[in-house]
Amino acid sequence: MPLRELVCIRCPRGCLLTVDEETLEVKGNFCPRGKDYGMKEVSAPERILTSTVAIKGASLPLCPVKTSAPIPKGKLFEGMKAIAEVSIAAPVAAGDVLVKDFLGIEGVDLVATRSFKKEGN
Amino acid sequence: MSGKVAIVGGGAAGMAAALSALQAGAEVTLFEKGSALGGILNQCIHNGFGLSYFKEELTGPEFAERLADKVRDSAIDVRLDTAILSIGKDLSIAYESPKGSGTLRADAIVYTAGSLERSAGAIALPGDRPSGILTAGQAQLYLNHYGYLPGKKIFILGSGDIGLIMARRLTLEGAKVLGVAELCPYPNGLNRNIVQCLEDYDIPLYLSHTVTRAYGKGRLTAIELSEVGPDRNPIPGTGRRIECDTLVLSIGLLPLLSLLRPLGLRKNLAGQIEVDDSLMSSLPGLFMAGNALHVHDLVDNVALEAETAGREAARMALGERASGGKELLSKAGDGIGYLIPGRIRESGEEEVLFRFRVRVPNKDCFLVFSQGDKILKKIKKMSIIPSEMEFVKIPKKLLDFSQKTTIEVKLCH
Repeated sequence: MPLRELVCIRCPRGCLLTVDEETLEVKGNFCPRGKDYGMKEVSAPERILTSTVAIKGASLPLCPVKTSAPIPKGKLFEGMKAIAEVSIAAPVAAGDVLVKDFLGIEGVDLVATRSFKKEGN
Repeated sequence: MSGKVAIVGGGAAGMAAALSALQAGAEVTLFEKGSALGGILNQCIHNGFGLSYFKEELTGPEFAERLADKVRDSAIDVRLDTAILSIGKDLSIAYESPKGSGTLRADAIVYTAGSLERSAGAIALPGDRPSGILTAGQAQLYLNHYGYLPGKKIFILGSGDIGLIMARRLTLEGAKVLGVAELCPYPNGLNRNIVQCLEDYDIPLYLSHTVTRAYGKGRLTAIELSEVGPDRNPIPGTGRRIECDTLVLSIGLLPLLSLLRPLGLRKNLAGQIEVDDSLMSSLPGLFMAGNALHVHDLVDNVALEAETAGREAARMALGERASGGKELLSKAGDGIGYLIPGRIRESGEEEVLFRFRVRVPNKDCFLVFSQGDKILKKIKKMSIIPSEMEFVKIPKKLLDFSQKTTIEVKLCH
């Protein structure tokens, strides 16, 4: 049976996993997150994407953002292109949904990760 | 005792220390030189923070905001845009802000000023002095706060976590990251960052390599990459030229201690401020936490450590600190890079939490804590690496305070 060795990236602990590529059985994980990561990494790898979007009227020109859930690894650059089109205005609160169903992926939103007040001119 | 605690620095450590000092009954003033709370977390827009402290995966700004919201909703006196000019042996703090200058006489201080990146000067890089050479944290600030991509063809020296994170971030923003060179024969960042920042994007990692020359008039045009031997010196004749316009340095952090220098605090052999198990330095009333004490890999641990320092500072300020009893010294033995704390008090908490790092990666080994011939604790380790900090708790009742024998931790096979 083909086995694949992986370092789990779900937390800084970095467990060394062994995943059976056919049965998707995971060994070496310390917690359930590792099992989930091992299975997905072998079948359909995904990552949370973090970046910034332009913001007007805030103390900085950029507001940090993230995808509310992991997206397919192959769609990261497409995600960056979509993020480049987004422009918002202060005020914004961390957790605010900026794009619903990001890249058309149901249930995954692009959300702000920092709050900005509206600054006076 | 009026119970005044002053916190120097409003990053993760400072905010956590302030909240815990307040909870322990102190009157707390927090000084921050920047115009926002959160420190370096605000530019660390990637995820992976908070898993142990908030039981939730957060980005840096989200982690910072959770703490900052609690601070803002509390009775903590927050002084933003305020520079500390000096700290006196009498625990007085001279400060200056756009609103004016003044002095605050504290009953205890928690020093949480963080760390600084080692810069190009620290590695005496031969060759030209063009623009285009900057630290990973500078690149992160320019890109994540202001949207400036520092270059298009980038080489990274040092495999510290910030360098790895920036390799991914610069790649996603359209730059070509040509490679990461690491002087050591092993990576210095966390394993997960090697995977998700380098392997995900096919960025080569050159172990046992360093940059031996910079080329360029005005702007960087190329670097010379050389292999290093076991002595970590470049091997002559192995140099190759790599065309690039930017060199990003991720070659380590150093605790920011300039304000403490006049106090003549005792240091350990690694150059860190020596503290006891309550995180108090050799100046009674001055406590240390976070990257100013020792450089952490996880902010979650920074916050936990700072909670201890804040609580202990409040006890000191309120005259509630347990006193009496003897003190033992502790030291880093074979294979251990540093050990915190350096002194253990018989009074105070019932357990002592040791924090340390090994010098080099090891497999199938033991961590052994001893006092003279007596073994206090022996821990089997399948694998241990310098980039991951170790934590070991030992009950004080196992220690013999009647003799002066030093506590030692070492790595054995």
